[in-house]
Amino acid sequence: MQDFSTITDAIHSFLLSFLPGWLTTTVECVLIGVGLLLVYALLALFYIYYERKVCAAFQCRIGPNRVGPWGLLQSFADMFKILIKELIHLNHIDKFLFALAPYLVIIASMLAFAVLPWGNGLQIIDFNIGIFFLVAVSSIGVLGILLAGWSSNNKFTLIGALRSGAQMVSYELSIGLSVLTMVCLAGTMSVGGIVEEQSDLWFIFKGHIPALIAFVIYMIAGTAETNRGPFDLPEAESELTAGYHTEYSGIHFGFFYLAEYLNLFIVAGVASLLFLGGWMPLHIPGWDTFNHIMDYIPSVVWFIGKAIVLSFVIIWFKWTFPRLRIDQLLSLEWKYLLPINLFNLVLMVCIIVFGWHF
Amino acid sequence: MANFQEKIAKLFPEATFEGEETVMISIPDVKWHDLALALRDDEDCLMDYLVTIVGMDWTDQLGCIYYLMSSKYNTMIGVKVTTTDRERPMLHSVADVWKVACLFEREVYDFFGIIFIGNPDMRRLFLSIDWKGYPLRKDYAEQNEVSVENERQSDMTDTYIELPDGKVEKKEVAIFEPGEFVVNIGPQHPATHGVLRFRTAVDGEEIKKIDVYMGYIHRGIEKLCEDLTYPQCLPFMDRMDYFSAHNYHHGLCIAIEKAAGIQISRRAEVIRVMMDELSRIASHCLFIGTYCMDLGATTMLFYTLRVREQILDIMEKTCGARMTFNYDCIGGVMQDLAPDFQKDVKALLEILPKNIKEYNKIFTGNVIAKNRMEGVGYLSREDAISYAVTGPSGRASNWACDMRKLRPYSIYPELDFEEVTATEGDSMARFKVRMREMEESAKILAQLVDNIPEGEYCVKVPKVLKLPVGRWFTVVEGCRGAFGVYIESDGSTKPYRLKLAPPCLPLAGVVDHITRGSKIADLITIGGSLDYIVPDMDR
Repeated sequence: MQDFSTITDAIHSFLLSFLPGWLTTTVECVLIGVGLLLVYALLALFYIYYERKVCAAFQCRIGPNRVGPWGLLQSFADMFKILIKELIHLNHIDKFLFALAPYLVIIASMLAFAVLPWGNGLQIIDFNIGIFFLVAVSSIGVLGILLAGWSSNNKFTLIGALRSGAQMVSYELSIGLSVLTMVCLAGTMSVGGIVEEQSDLWFIFKGHIPALIAFVIYMIAGTAETNRGPFDLPEAESELTAGYHTEYSGIHFGFFYLAEYLNLFIVAGVASLLFLGGWMPLHIPGWDTFNHIMDYIPSVVWFIGKAIVLSFVIIWFKWTFPRLRIDQLLSLEWKYLLPINLFNLVLMVCIIVFGWHF
Repeated sequence: MANFQEKIAKLFPEATFEGEETVMISIPDVKWHDLALALRDDEDCLMDYLVTIVGMDWTDQLGCIYYLMSSKYNTMIGVKVTTTDRERPMLHSVADVWKVACLFEREVYDFFGIIFIGNPDMRRLFLSIDWKGYPLRKDYAEQNEVSVENERQSDMTDTYIELPDGKVEKKEVAIFEPGEFVVNIGPQHPATHGVLRFRTAVDGEEIKKIDVYMGYIHRGIEKLCEDLTYPQCLPFMDRMDYFSAHNYHHGLCIAIEKAAGIQISRRAEVIRVMMDELSRIASHCLFIGTYCMDLGATTMLFYTLRVREQILDIMEKTCGARMTFNYDCIGGVMQDLAPDFQKDVKALLEILPKNIKEYNKIFTGNVIAKNRMEGVGYLSREDAISYAVTGPSGRASNWACDMRKLRPYSIYPELDFEEVTATEGDSMARFKVRMREMEESAKILAQLVDNIPEGEYCVKVPKVLKLPVGRWFTVVEGCRGAFGVYIESDGSTKPYRLKLAPPCLPLAGVVDHITRGSKIADLITIGGSLDYIVPDMDR
């Protein structure tokens, strides 16, 4: 299997050959930052195109097909349009918080990128509480949404923000618990460690019943966490026009929009990390030839492919189901998902203790 | 009928009776409220449904004509109440007898300046609050300049109370309690289906009160019609409920033809009924699509629009338009059917059951949809009648109010179709009733598509059409409920008064009643399930 750490190590030693240590780190940080921004933008553009095509297929339409071959350049055109749009100046708002909010949202999703297992040896930072870090930073986003709703000085945005706050805080529990279930199975919180643990078999097969339950709950909670349909209450357009980002325009609105798509990728990425092995190819114990062939597919392709397949499921939810009501949303979490999750955690612990997993 | 007439005559010796088909009772204003109660509660009358209030200006006196129907006996009567005071005309309100009267009386106040004593909310309904004069009065000559200022609005409303000594006192009442969190939903809002505004007092997510604010698309159709000849009035029908344009055209044509004594050919009748039912399917298709979209299931819109497009294609071939058809005319229809009309309708009938099945599969059985709709926005049968909620919404509350059955017109008595009703009275029932009504409409189309008789599609009608002196009131079934047309003629080529009683005005009027205590999201569910069309209520 190709190991990206050889390339990164080569770059590191190359830089170190003519730069002092501190400068090397700085240059590497800048390089990673630029690379991250690029990946971030490209992924967002891809996701916009992807969702529009998938949604069009569900709705018996063609989707974007005019700009570029198969409409591939459509989202680039949209991006340039949103970049040159005017930022409408509003009176009677809390200007500082209003301007700060979109950055908080986008920073939260960017930070989460730091620990995603992009490929073999291709991880920005791998430390022992990686998954904990991921859960922590992804909950910064709600702060941005609350600020956006509150600082806009608009009743719709305020309701949207409060809904979002209630929703995110609730569903964080489910995410946290299903992550915890899988961490139990892995025995480590380090992202690299979790991937390594799955080198013989993915966790969703290894942990069988509790892993499957945790996977389903994670997908539901993850959809809620990204504010996508059927959980798109904070921005329920038929009720609250656009919810918390009603007053935003231009690239500030674009940031929310980007963050929504990137959160979709992050949720799908974390799901593939926890359940489908991250960048780890599909390995089946005993099938050595098969495993060997699977190793020829680059690890980056595995990771992004899994994330895209899982995002397809989330997009599928959105374009099929009607939206829940706020009380139904909260009762789904507190009355159903949370107890099931707690039970599931106990079940997982039993299975690990008695060694009933594969 | 005669029985209750005698009874009323005994109880109210002042009352006078006239008219054959629809009895018109004239009663002095002081006795009106008592008569209203008697009419509603008396065992032999049970006039529990107030169809409409027609404000009238006969130049020597102002007044109202109330059309009442009994949901039990299926009888209709009119009541005429007048006043000679033009400076400060006052009548007694019946808002406590029929709840819908509150809204109807506001409309009469808006156009005629008649104050209703006891109505809790005497504001203008459609016109802005600084409008000068009362436009439907015959001596209306005020010039209202277009204001360049922001629209003034008030959180206060007037109510007039009769004191024991007979004097009437004006009192100001606040619409909302002080300190309430009022959210403006509309006029520009994706879920209000047009330019309608709900001033919603909320407590968190819970709705405490809704003040419906309408009139943003008021075009004064009734006033305009007074200066137009009868055939010229017809195109306005397309511009009220634009999804049941055919049905409304049909209604006005029937009213005029009845008054003028024109007998139309059977071919024209069949064509009209087929067009009515096609538009009913198209309208319900759009309802299902937009309703699901309101609930967040966007994809359904595209599925239902496919069927609707197919129907619009059929109509385009025959009428030459997809929206404002202007097809029915006095004496028949504008032009003959397109050559492949029958083939197209058959193709539609073939795909329709499959599509309805698909809609049910994707949406009706969905657990989220069920949770959102079942038990939400319950409207009891009594309230449905009292608020005059007709059409599919009324039938979902188990009130058989289909005018095609109650007051059969055209060839509907010969046709075999069921009146769809449900007992639940919630949003889900309103949704399902429409679903099943599409099937019934398809049944009607199937009966007619092979039986379109030969003959002329439009009989000869005098070039200059004059109606005899008199008044006529016709009710037909639009796609959203009972559509009433009142014509009063003074013998000229133009109507002296043309009152259009749309179904959507009461539908919007009931929103406050059924949303109390539910969530903001339920307002969208309920509003969508009532399926009002704003140009229809505003006229």
